[in-house]
Amino acid sequence: MLRDITIGQYYRADSVIHRLDARVKIVGTILYIISLFTFSSFQGYAVSVLFFGIMVTLSKVPFSYIVRGLKPILFMLVFTAALNLFWTPGTTIVEIGMLHLTWEGLYKAGFISLRLILLILGSSLMTLTTTPNQLTDGIEHLLRPLKYIHVPVHELALMMSIALRFIPILIEETDRIMKAQTARGADFESGNIARRLKNMLPILIPLFVSAVNRANDLALAMDARCYHGGDNRTKMHPLRYQGKDILAYGACVFYLVVLGIIVRI
Amino acid sequence: MKEAGRTKSGKGNMIESKDLVHEYSRRDEDGNITGIIRAIDGVDIQVKPGDFIAVLGANGSGKSTFAKHLNGLLFPTEGTLYIDGMDTSDSTNALFVRQTAGMVFQNPDNQIIANIVEEDVGFGPENMGVPTQEILKRVEESLKEVGMFEYRRHSPNRLSGGQKQRVAIAGIMAMRPKCIVLDEATAMLDPVGRKNVLGTVLRLNKKEKITIILITHYMEEVVQADYIYVMNKGKVALEGTPGEVFREEGKLEECRLTAPQITQLVRKLRKANIPIREDIFSEEELIRSLLLFKKNGR
Repeated sequence: MLRDITIGQYYRADSVIHRLDARVKIVGTILYIISLFTFSSFQGYAVSVLFFGIMVTLSKVPFSYIVRGLKPILFMLVFTAALNLFWTPGTTIVEIGMLHLTWEGLYKAGFISLRLILLILGSSLMTLTTTPNQLTDGIEHLLRPLKYIHVPVHELALMMSIALRFIPILIEETDRIMKAQTARGADFESGNIARRLKNMLPILIPLFVSAVNRANDLALAMDARCYHGGDNRTKMHPLRYQGKDILAYGACVFYLVVLGIIVRI
Repeated sequence: MKEAGRTKSGKGNMIESKDLVHEYSRRDEDGNITGIIRAIDGVDIQVKPGDFIAVLGANGSGKSTFAKHLNGLLFPTEGTLYIDGMDTSDSTNALFVRQTAGMVFQNPDNQIIANIVEEDVGFGPENMGVPTQEILKRVEESLKEVGMFEYRRHSPNRLSGGQKQRVAIAGIMAMRPKCIVLDEATAMLDPVGRKNVLGTVLRLNKKEKITIILITHYMEEVVQADYIYVMNKGKVALEGTPGEVFREEGKLEECRLTAPQITQLVRKLRKANIPIREDIFSEEELIRSLLLFKKNGR
């Protein structure tokens, strides 16, 4: 059961978006998210939705797959929409006891929900089309300027990718320890929260011990393979911008310009 | 990385250890030394280039400590150790030593660094500063050598233990070592995985002339070695060809080891006056000579 958890739900497909440099996708997504907060008109949303639609079509990821990303925030979405619906002052449409449903509220709730939805969908499109490795690589490159103020960018990126590598292993290990403890009569299902948390202790301690041992082994193995920090290191798959990446940056700029013009009118 | 100008010694041997001693000190909470454990106690081992050497020993015999010296992960307390002529106690040699003698560890999960097979194989060359084109070439060659090329884009998490160990071997091969040290690399594998890993190692030894140091406590694995060192309590207790070593039943027992089942069976058969050769190490060979005996014997 625990084995099915995947971090960074990558959807394997062969599309232009998949082949783009991770840096373009990260920068593009950030620009897109920021752009969502710069306007509040229907025309603006029309442009954003259209742009997103084109990207989804190009990415060949089924739309139903992308929508799944909304599940975790469904409650938040309904909650904010409801708050805006009933608590915005303005012309009342219906009155239910204390609650006033207003035109302005309807308008505002619609905008905010749309903004949230596009924000989540936009970033899931990025994680769906970029492997975790490409993501860490892209982040490492983008953060490179921080090296000059002595931020250990290479080490942070390496830590991120090692963490990704060990998540499934540690999940499996947790599963194994839980089964071993259950077999000896441990109970993880009943009692109140405080009790349950206390019962988790016999899982956490062996898990930590094993994680530290693994880290020790891994450090030895990295030493044995000549790892000595990020200096003088070469890359097997260096990130290099290609024609399509420049084009993609162009598309982002084009989107921003169109958005600017439409919103102004 | 340049190798020119490094002083070489060690009589042209791949590995040359002389009176090698390693002591672990046990410390209390304040960092005071409370005891000293001699894990290796005066080991002399010479390995010629291209040899297949096995180091046998029960748990706590010092064999893993010795392995870590071969890779410059531990330094000698006393004595000297030369790898391909380089003194391992000189820390400026460390990267060259590690490049010359690659090491495969016991736990397959804890030595794979990347999330994709081919990127893990490329990790060593990346650290050595090998140019991109050359890395890609080496990764492809190494993965083909261990028979894992078709898995190059897979996540290591989906591979079996034996496959992971073969990926780890490929990761070492991509560094172009002259010697590979396997530190109980088969201990956590099932029989099939063990057979595949050993087969791969044997092929690299025969085809690529890579020196192999196989460190293990499984007797069945060392049958094909050119020469065996048996370690006990930090010392070399017994050495020789597999035939010579397996004959020393009493000494093996002192080292908490037993001869392979086949050898034991052959010995019992000979005691029962069945005239078969003493140096039979494989099942097929034993069956063949028994059939031969049945045909001609009576």
